Amino acid sequence: MQLPLLTLIVFSPLAGAIILAMLPREPTVGLRRAAFVFSLVPLAFAGWMLERFQPGEADFQFVERARWIPQWGIEYRLGVDGVSLFLVLLTALLVPIVVLASWGDITRRVKEFLAFLLVLETGMLGAFLATDLFLFYVFWELMLVPMYFLIGVWGGARRVYAAVKFVLFTLVGSLLMLIAILYCAWRVQAESGSFAFGYDRFLAVPFTAREQLYLFTAFALAFAIKVPLFPLHTWLPDAHVEAPTGGSVILAGVLLKMGTYGFLRFAMPLFPTAAETLAPVVVALAVVGIVYGALVATVQPDLKKLVAYSSVSHLGFVMLGLFVFTETSAAGSVYQMLNHGLSTGALFLLVGMIYERRHTRLIADFGGLWSVIPVYASFFLVAMLASVGLPGLNGFIGEFLILLGAFGPRPWATAVATSGVVLAALYLLWMYQRVVFGPLTHLENAGLRDLSAREIAVLVPVLALCFVMGLYPAPFFRRMEPSINKMLARLRAPAVVAATPSAEAALHP
Amino acid sequence: MTAIDVAAFTGHWEVALPGVIVAATAMLVMAVDMIVRDPDADALPVLGIAGLAVAAAAAVWLWGESPIGDGFASTLRGDRYALFFTVLLCAGSALTILMSVDFLREHPLPRGEYFALVLLATTGMIFLAAANDLIVLFLALEIMSVAVYVLTGMLRAEPRSIEAALKYFLLGAFATGFLLYGIAFFYAAAGSTRLGVIAGAVAHDGARPFMILGLALVLVGFGFKVALAPFHVWTPDVYEGAPTAVTAFMAVGVKAAAFAAFARVVLAALGGIAVRWSGLLWILAVLTMSVGNLVAVSQRSVKRMLAYSSIAHAGYALIGLVVATPAGGAALVFYLAVYTFMTLGAFGVLLALGRRDEPGEGLADWAGVGFRHPVLGLSMVVFMLSLAGIPPTAGFAGKFYLFSAAVDAGYVGLAIIGVLNSLVSVYYYFGVLVQMYMVEGTRSLVPPGARPCLLATIVVAVLVTLLVGILPAGPMELAREAFASLH
Repeated sequence: MQLPLLTLIVFSPLAGAIILAMLPREPTVGLRRAAFVFSLVPLAFAGWMLERFQPGEADFQFVERARWIPQWGIEYRLGVDGVSLFLVLLTALLVPIVVLASWGDITRRVKEFLAFLLVLETGMLGAFLATDLFLFYVFWELMLVPMYFLIGVWGGARRVYAAVKFVLFTLVGSLLMLIAILYCAWRVQAESGSFAFGYDRFLAVPFTAREQLYLFTAFALAFAIKVPLFPLHTWLPDAHVEAPTGGSVILAGVLLKMGTYGFLRFAMPLFPTAAETLAPVVVALAVVGIVYGALVATVQPDLKKLVAYSSVSHLGFVMLGLFVFTETSAAGSVYQMLNHGLSTGALFLLVGMIYERRHTRLIADFGGLWSVIPVYASFFLVAMLASVGLPGLNGFIGEFLILLGAFGPRPWATAVATSGVVLAALYLLWMYQRVVFGPLTHLENAGLRDLSAREIAVLVPVLALCFVMGLYPAPFFRRMEPSINKMLARLRAPAVVAATPSAEAALHP
Repeated sequence: MTAIDVAAFTGHWEVALPGVIVAATAMLVMAVDMIVRDPDADALPVLGIAGLAVAAAAAVWLWGESPIGDGFASTLRGDRYALFFTVLLCAGSALTILMSVDFLREHPLPRGEYFALVLLATTGMIFLAAANDLIVLFLALEIMSVAVYVLTGMLRAEPRSIEAALKYFLLGAFATGFLLYGIAFFYAAAGSTRLGVIAGAVAHDGARPFMILGLALVLVGFGFKVALAPFHVWTPDVYEGAPTAVTAFMAVGVKAAAFAAFARVVLAALGGIAVRWSGLLWILAVLTMSVGNLVAVSQRSVKRMLAYSSIAHAGYALIGLVVATPAGGAALVFYLAVYTFMTLGAFGVLLALGRRDEPGEGLADWAGVGFRHPVLGLSMVVFMLSLAGIPPTAGFAGKFYLFSAAVDAGYVGLAIIGVLNSLVSVYYYFGVLVQMYMVEGTRSLVPPGARPCLLATIVVAVLVTLLVGILPAGPMELAREAFASLH
């Protein structure tokens, strides 16, 4: 019998959470170590998966199938392709980092925090790997509950408000998506005589243009709230500001990607006609989000809010790249999902570290940190530049490909979006300047500790990957592109597309 | 009729077996109560639960034997529909008894009468689910109702308990009057109270005025019993005033049994004029869901909130009856089963929060309970998620079944109203979780370990809720077979 690798990846964190729940509450160090080890297990499995993954293969690999609820044709089905491969790896990588980072800021109810984090990991990994829509929905909702607790229990002053807002926003979309999924299953039955929720079965249904419009809207609403697409983003700043550092990292690093992943995996290929019809709307909202997010980020006095709004802007690029339907920009979008997970994750970690020391996140409370904590300032510099999109770091490649692929079909939108790159440089560099450079204006900052070994260990893997992905992207694209192109083959880009080169060709002419 | 119809007592007597066993257990409990005067004796609950287990075993045996014919001159049916509900009602009653043991130890209530009344009410429920004749249905309904009226007023020292009992009794009697009046119209239209004969008359004559009048009046009667809006107004007060274990019993047992009879009458007798009632039930379903959920949002007492939530759940379940396809009916049956366990569990946790001096029903009393009592906390998380319909719990599977049946039958609008209602319900169910986990509190509780029976009830309910949520295929198949036997 073949080893059920994906099941091991998905459920090993849950098993870890259950074991953790049975361990004694004290000493917390033991709990933290145990959780760290448990979170390395799925990472190890995911690494093994990467090693055995066949590049150049567009279809799902390591497929697992089992009957689950035969009355509805629901199956337990997992599979990984080029789109989900690196998102799984990103998730599996960020969780141990968050466990390590929580050493500093989570001091009460440690056991529950770590257990919820591991349950959340199962939900995230399952959502990326599920290829049955019912199973996907179960994992999708499973993510909601632990995140709700992470924000609501370990968050800041307005945590309850933020947690409830997060849940209600997310559920509005996902419940309507549930109805859409049911409708699709019913259509499968009308076509083939029996219910089914398999991804491939949904793809085979010839939905009419009118049906597609409704179904796409229902799916898109769920995903757009998660991304978040302007103007559905209002939950995000609240959730980010109130969430503990680990929660923010997971939220920005992985949960937002659920939205863009959902568009690419489900909403676009399942309902291509509607996606094409509504693409101008989505592109317009994405571009508005890019500029709006950047402008609002510029004027934020609070570091965490600034990073939160920068997410709105960055995810706008991803959405733009997806909805111009060119292979170049779609590849750029998927790449940018990973980039954003790493660089914004790093920024949230760094903001969390300074908050632990000073218990403030206001930019005005800092200044001149370079002379006090140079190691921190250097790490911050790299993360910030990765987020800006400096060539040589990962963010550049993603944004470059998105804009390159988008320019042909939608030159105006691309032109406006490009201003987002400039604005990103503005608000990030200006923020960095006010925090790190200049004279030391606040005496409290004079005695700050520099990064500890643990904190360096938290940051190094993330920032090292930023360099790797910025300097040598080919191995990533080789694995991603066949699957992305296969999904895009169902969609037709508006006008002039044929000329845009593939991502690899664009980078290595 | 001049002489007693002897043939009525022949035929398939075994269809009454589970109900008779429960009735006999009730008598036995009363007798034992007179002999054993030790107030802490565990003999009574053990006896009660054993009797219910035997009755359920009998139902399971009959399930294997089915199809079996009708008994007692076709007034009782032994179809799988009745048997499914028999097992479900026995399970609900057994859990109610288990849940009450510790409560009765702390409160000076007459234990013998309490358990006997629960068992007698269960007898009525079982016959209610099996009744194939409107007069038998009426009798069963009254056996159940009278016992529950008394149970509601059991806390005689508490004014709100007495008020609840009186309110429930007066309004219940009124509703029964409607039901009886409706039965009379059916008799006038069809010349019989047998469901099959009424169905024949409906098929032959269509919707005659008496039939429509009968339908409307019966709808009011059942609407009261299952607490559909706008016949729900009694529910919050009665649910709040009754002892919590009795409230749980009412919320699950009475509702499930009344729903079983309701669905049988509507589908088996009046299925031929579905056009006349499906629109009306559509409106009632939407109204019930919306009123229940919207009013629940503003409740400060968890007990009242659960009362309104039980109204909302009757609305969800009614979707299955509106749809009335095989899938819809099966979804209704499945949902009532799921609802039984998650609601019993939630009331169990509510009971566990109470102390003798103060019931701990206010939302503020739940502050910080989650972290201080992890078992109670996590159990309540499961129940709240399940009631809100979030996977991987049984409540999600139940709602999924209902909504998929609705979409399948073309009721997409009803399904959307259903999910929007679920969204509203998330707000107040999660409100409990907010109190339990995100607000600090110091109110001291009786340690859950000191009430082993109550804890056992909660744990059983959690396990069922999770297991059915993760592996719903088996129970769904049973529900499908049960509903299929109705026709």
